[in-house]
Amino acid sequence: MRIKAEHLSYVYNASSPFATHALNDISLTIEEGEFFGILGHTGSGKSTFVQHLNGLLRVPSSLKKYKPKKLKKGETPPPPTVLQVGAFDLTDKKTDFRELRSRVGMVFQYPEYQLFAETVAQDVAFGLKNFSKEKLTDEAVEKAVRAALEVVGLSYDELKDTSPFDLSGGQKRRVAIAGVIVTRPDVLVLDEPAAGLDPLGKREIMQLLHRLHEEWCKTVVIVSHDMDEIAENCTRAAVFSEGTVKFVLPPSELFRHSEELIALGLDIPLTAKLCLALEKRGVTVDCDFTTEDFIRRTLALNA
Amino acid sequence: MKAIEFKNVSFSYGSGTFALKNIDFAVEEGEFVAVLGHNGSGKSTLARLSNGLLEADGGEVCVFGLPVSERKNLFEIRKNVGIVFQNPDNQMVASIVEDDIAFGAENIGVPREEIGERISFALGAVGMEEYRHATPTRLSGGQKQRIAIAGVLAIRPKVMILDESTAMLDPRGRREVMQVVSRLNKEEGMTVVLITHFMEEALMADRAVVMNRGAIVMEGAPAEIFERHEELETYNLALPRIGYICNRLREGGMAVEDTLDVNKLAEEIAQCVSKRNI
Ligand SMILES: Nc1ncnc2c1ncn2[C@@H]1O[C@H](COP(=O)(O)OP(=O)(O)OP(=O)(O)O)[C@@H](O)[C@H]1O
Ligand SMILES: Nc1ncnc2c1ncn2[C@@H]1O[C@H](COP(=O)(O)OP(=O)(O)OP(=O)(O)O)[C@@H](O)[C@H]1O
Ligand SMILES: [Mg+2]
Ligand SMILES: [Mg+2]
Repeated sequence: MRIKAEHLSYVYNASSPFATHALNDISLTIEEGEFFGILGHTGSGKSTFVQHLNGLLRVPSSLKKYKPKKLKKGETPPPPTVLQVGAFDLTDKKTDFRELRSRVGMVFQYPEYQLFAETVAQDVAFGLKNFSKEKLTDEAVEKAVRAALEVVGLSYDELKDTSPFDLSGGQKRRVAIAGVIVTRPDVLVLDEPAAGLDPLGKREIMQLLHRLHEEWCKTVVIVSHDMDEIAENCTRAAVFSEGTVKFVLPPSELFRHSEELIALGLDIPLTAKLCLALEKRGVTVDCDFTTEDFIRRTLALNA
Repeated sequence: MKAIEFKNVSFSYGSGTFALKNIDFAVEEGEFVAVLGHNGSGKSTLARLSNGLLEADGGEVCVFGLPVSERKNLFEIRKNVGIVFQNPDNQMVASIVEDDIAFGAENIGVPREEIGERISFALGAVGMEEYRHATPTRLSGGQKQRIAIAGVLAIRPKVMILDESTAMLDPRGRREVMQVVSRLNKEEGMTVVLITHFMEEALMADRAVVMNRGAIVMEGAPAEIFERHEELETYNLALPRIGYICNRLREGGMAVEDTLDVNKLAEEIAQCVSKRNI
């Protein structure tokens, strides 16, 4: 499913003195099949944007009570907001948002804090039962839960009766992800999926996301502050700043804008830092900013 | 004087296995110590034992010489030891940011007149002055995290424990918080215990310890610890990316030395390349 947003704005507490303009007229398209990154400073609107993708936040025009303001004479109407995920039109209040939520899986920041059931299997099954229209047989539930746990690298037979609270941090996060992908969504959105994990755990979660991307969910969208993670993994990335989108580029081009990114309060990947430092010393390493490509091209200069 | 001292401390959450076993660990007053370790190695447990949120099953924890196990010491200890936890959502109590920050300070008996000043200092330190009257639940993840840090800064504790408190911050936010913490450590002698997975943060400490399955298994200057990468890997901690690049370049025949410093590595690469071109 292709994700397409045009002229999307979002204001929290619109009619109060505390109104916050979290998104200002953003346009962004994420193609089916991408492994897409979203980055940007604290409060730049990343979570606000991704929460639109499964209807947790609604486009005003999809709300019953919404009345567009009357135009004064000579005023041109604002360009229409478009928000589409595949065939779902998220500006239309008649859209089946429940169905949408089963097609667009959303993993929040620190999802393991939301685990609540007594056993791992129950926790994962919850997501499935919650979304399914008809009542599922026990066998169907077990089959789906087993598959979801296995794809995240956990053994159903070993862990099904374990309490989620007895698992390690990395395992808990996997269970939380399993609980979202169990409906086999086409799009999987994760808000800082690797935050708080140890270096090995980070690497394993990223490998897991690639596996899911290949076998299970066509499109993966991650929000991340970790530039190395973006450089190594993403097909393209969007840079948010103060509720607008500054860049949408593949990492190989994005990190040529290192200075601008730093000015936006963002970091750059280690490879880009090395390239900048080398450039100052008269050495150009023309790489795509993945670690492997940087190493290969640096060694080539030495050959 | 020892700010925190663990004497042969063990702790179990009751599931049979020990989250900490026979830990001997001390932090000198004014010291800046980084605590590293894989997920579940016992870092947060160590933090919770340090201010009496948990009580040791064996051994003794003392804060400035006072045993944490004695209830009468707890008020004094909580005044001295401030902890910022991993998830800010569980740390907000009030519905307005400034009340939330005042809450901790009031609790330890800071006089009214001083509270306003402390709130300003703390919010300034984390770059959130303009959110003084905002509602904590209506903030972004990173903004909440900053408020949680401000809440502890306002207490002006003698010891500050940061339990992965920067995990949700953007790079600039992380740098800013680390600068404040480092300044309070250097200029005002605040003792800092920093639990982190970020190498750049750990490198700012005077000393680092590595935990593995409830035990302290490595100890030393942070840069020295990161150079012992084979050992780190046995404790499930990966080599920092820059160390990995050094290794691979060397394997590929480029004579670069191990370093954690971007400019040093760039300098070495530049030298190798220019030698080739002469
Ligand atoms: N529930 C809410 N009510 C009111 N304002 C909000 C709410 N959630 C977020 N905001 C505000 O909207 C803006 C964008 O927040 P958002 O959560 O989208 O940022 P973010 O890019 O995800 O940041 P972070 O990296 O810190 O998670 C911020 O200024 C924030 O204070
Ligand atoms: N409330 C709890 N109840 C039961 N067991 C717990 C609880 N909290 C932690 N544990 C267990 O105690 C051990 C140590 O956990 P701790 O939270 O101290 O690790 P950590 O080093 O802080 O990990 P992380 O990097 O994931 O935060 C782990 O095996 C964990 O599963
Ligand atoms: Mg967010
Ligand atoms: Mg912890």
